[in-house]
Amino acid sequence: MTYSLEIKNLTKTYPQSDFRLDNVSFSIPRGTIMGFVGENGSGKTTTMNAVLNTIKKDNGTVKILGREMGDKDTDIREQVGVVFDAVNFSGILTPAKLAKVMAGVYKQWDQEFFLKTTARFNIEMGKKIKQFSRGMTMKLALAVALSHRPQLLILDEATAGLDPIVREEILGVFLEFVEDENHSILMSSHITSDLEKIADYITFIHHGKVILTEKKDHLIYDYGIARCKAEQFQLIDRTDMMAYKKRDYQIDVLVENRKAFERKYSGIVVDTGTIDEIMLLLIKGER
Amino acid sequence: MDIIISSNTSKPIYEQITSQIKAMIMNGDLQTGDPIPSMRSLAKSIHVSVITVQKAYEDLQRDGFIETTVGRGSFVSAQNRDFMQEELQKKVEEHLNLAVETARTGGIKLEKMIELLTIFYTEE
Repeated sequence: MTYSLEIKNLTKTYPQSDFRLDNVSFSIPRGTIMGFVGENGSGKTTTMNAVLNTIKKDNGTVKILGREMGDKDTDIREQVGVVFDAVNFSGILTPAKLAKVMAGVYKQWDQEFFLKTTARFNIEMGKKIKQFSRGMTMKLALAVALSHRPQLLILDEATAGLDPIVREEILGVFLEFVEDENHSILMSSHITSDLEKIADYITFIHHGKVILTEKKDHLIYDYGIARCKAEQFQLIDRTDMMAYKKRDYQIDVLVENRKAFERKYSGIVVDTGTIDEIMLLLIKGER
Repeated sequence: MDIIISSNTSKPIYEQITSQIKAMIMNGDLQTGDPIPSMRSLAKSIHVSVITVQKAYEDLQRDGFIETTVGRGSFVSAQNRDFMQEELQKKVEEHLNLAVETARTGGIKLEKMIELLTIFYTEE
């Protein structure tokens, strides 16, 4: 399998802080969408920054489209489209002027595609960016990221703060992007229902460590959450549980194979879990 | 071609895709050699992830309903419809057998089973 992005043992420490990225490893196969989830401050943005080489990593390797990116490798940069939570376009520019700037930055800048995409998003080309709503600004950022024709999109909370209608429209754009099987997306989002719709894989990160990377379908169809009474819980093999959380009247147990678990322990109710619930158990649960 | 995806059912999305395409082949809406959409364009159209559609197509291919050629896309494969019908009937018999055994152990009467079966078959 070829990968658009391969991260191996990525480590980053900060002198004045406890926070660190601790041997972060995961890969995105070409043509797929990776959802990247974790609490605030778990290391998602730091990982993305290290991938983009905007912060210096201490250790580990990051390969974009099979190559490591150094400070001078601007040709790889052209292949990566980026949308971050905070948009840093100058507010006094209009989209039309911004496009001129971008055309100077990116060799691959596709003006025709930019005009088509902004028209599709109903972006006013002559209006100053500071007068744009959040939704419009994010759509503009996405149009810019797509218009230098990248192969990999890196999106940090790109759909945060957007209404469901705009989000649905943007998800459609992402799926359209991966219609080309060489294209891939790494996207972090707290709106896990968006990831449940379009992501192929999910990576969970917690305190700077990757705790799980798994196919999304496997997570939502095969994984399960067993709802146990105290005496039922006593009978379960430790090896059959990934994590558990005691609540007032029941114990929730995360299991990897819902059907096998049901066969082995009859009488215990096993639900399918959402990404949110699975994340909660992986992070807050005991092991 | 219509494919309807419901998010309000326990049936996984890839199964919803396979069962609807199988039904279209069985009832003749899709004929041998007819093209079916590429995985990626179907994923885009119904707003689901690529791997979900990929799994559905792999299952359809394994069961002999479609063929995929690299670079050309996926097509309904040539097949003996009687054979497929027979296969499906065998499957139904297996499931019914299981239901009958369970019913016997639980002392559930034949009339009750027929009643249940009628409800299930006509509801969907």
